[in-house]
Amino acid sequence: MEFFTLQDFYTYTKGIAYILIVVTLIGMAGFWLYLTDQDNDDRE
Amino acid sequence: MFKLKEVLNRSLLTPFNIIAGIIILIGLIITALRFSGGLAAVTNLSDYNPWGLWIGFDLLCGVALAAGGYVTSAAVYIFGIKKYHSAVRPAILTGFLGYSLVVLALSYDVGRPWRLPYPFVVQAGTTSVLFEVGACVLLYLVVLFIEFTPAASEWLGLKRARNLVVRLTMVLTILGVILSTLHQSSLGALFLIAPSKLHPLWYSQYIPVFFFISSIIAGLSMVIFEGSLTHRYFAEKMDETHLREKEDVVFGFGKAASFVLAAYFAVKVFGITMDDNWHYLSTGYGAWFLVEMLGFVALPCLLYSLGVRERNIKLIKWTAAWTVLGIVVNRFNVCLVAFNWHLPSSERYFPSWMEIGLSLFIVTVGVAAFKFIVTYMPILYEHPGYKTPHP
Repeated sequence: MEFFTLQDFYTYTKGIAYILIVVTLIGMAGFWLYLTDQDNDDRE
Repeated sequence: MFKLKEVLNRSLLTPFNIIAGIIILIGLIITALRFSGGLAAVTNLSDYNPWGLWIGFDLLCGVALAAGGYVTSAAVYIFGIKKYHSAVRPAILTGFLGYSLVVLALSYDVGRPWRLPYPFVVQAGTTSVLFEVGACVLLYLVVLFIEFTPAASEWLGLKRARNLVVRLTMVLTILGVILSTLHQSSLGALFLIAPSKLHPLWYSQYIPVFFFISSIIAGLSMVIFEGSLTHRYFAEKMDETHLREKEDVVFGFGKAASFVLAAYFAVKVFGITMDDNWHYLSTGYGAWFLVEMLGFVALPCLLYSLGVRERNIKLIKWTAAWTVLGIVVNRFNVCLVAFNWHLPSSERYFPSWMEIGLSLFIVTVGVAAFKFIVTYMPILYEHPGYKTPHP
């Protein structure tokens, strides 16, 4: 990818970063449920 | 109390003592050469590579792997997870010895070690990251020493001193967490001054965050790793509480390590994204970076989670050892492998055998001190005279 201005660069990188943030937040919540559902089963 | 007769009656010629004795003897010879002939007599350090193995391993790995102290005491005293209480004393001891050895290693590495107190008594470079690291390490070493004193006081029979320190537990824990947060991240921040020297895949404006998060992983994994070793070699020293809580510690810390590893992986991906460094992944350094990220971050994250879900204690213990190795690989990569990456191979640094020998000497001193303290002080069991809750 070629950039001519700093704004171009940040528009590109931050655009990807925002998508990653959403994916990560959902992914981390899912991963936490995966890690702890065994505990919940034991409690039940 | 220390029983000299008991020690003298035992044979000193055990395999551990013989090997440790040889390493310590070699270390003492290297020490004499270092302080009589200077750094050039024993190291391959140069103006291009002023930070070598003693900083990359003894300091960066030593500080990260000693993070178990603040991680465990925060879990027990701040978050109130009392079922991990039995892990506090071994973790504090590991932290205290780790930091003591970091300072010992530093006195070999700096050109004029007698000037180490200068930032505090002659000139405080308060705008320097290194000053902040030095100040935090010094203060945290004092905090760890005070946190360790209840065990030593019980051993020496100093009841009043021990009770006084026990009352300070919460204050010391909070201080420990603050100081650790500051200097674990600042060790990474030291590399912010060298954006052109550190390979872009390892350099990032978020490197202090990487160092801090990875120190939590190191602390959690080190508690599991050290716990499994002590259980193997000092099981007869453990009381019922320690043996009962052992599994809770392994599963709880394994779960936490898995989650923090996942967060660390995500933050590292952000680092690459923000600097748009994706194209470096197809280079040789990129392949090595992927080995670190997939082999020493994603893989242990997966193995920890499988171990926790399947209640496989053996898998978690092996994963902890692998993760500890991963932390060493990461610190080596930042400080040695990816540092000065643009230099021709003839100018690159590789440690001399004496640098490696001295690092082994320092680790051996730590293991011997740990063995002595665990054998004689109430670290893995509660002293019969102090059955009330204590750190």
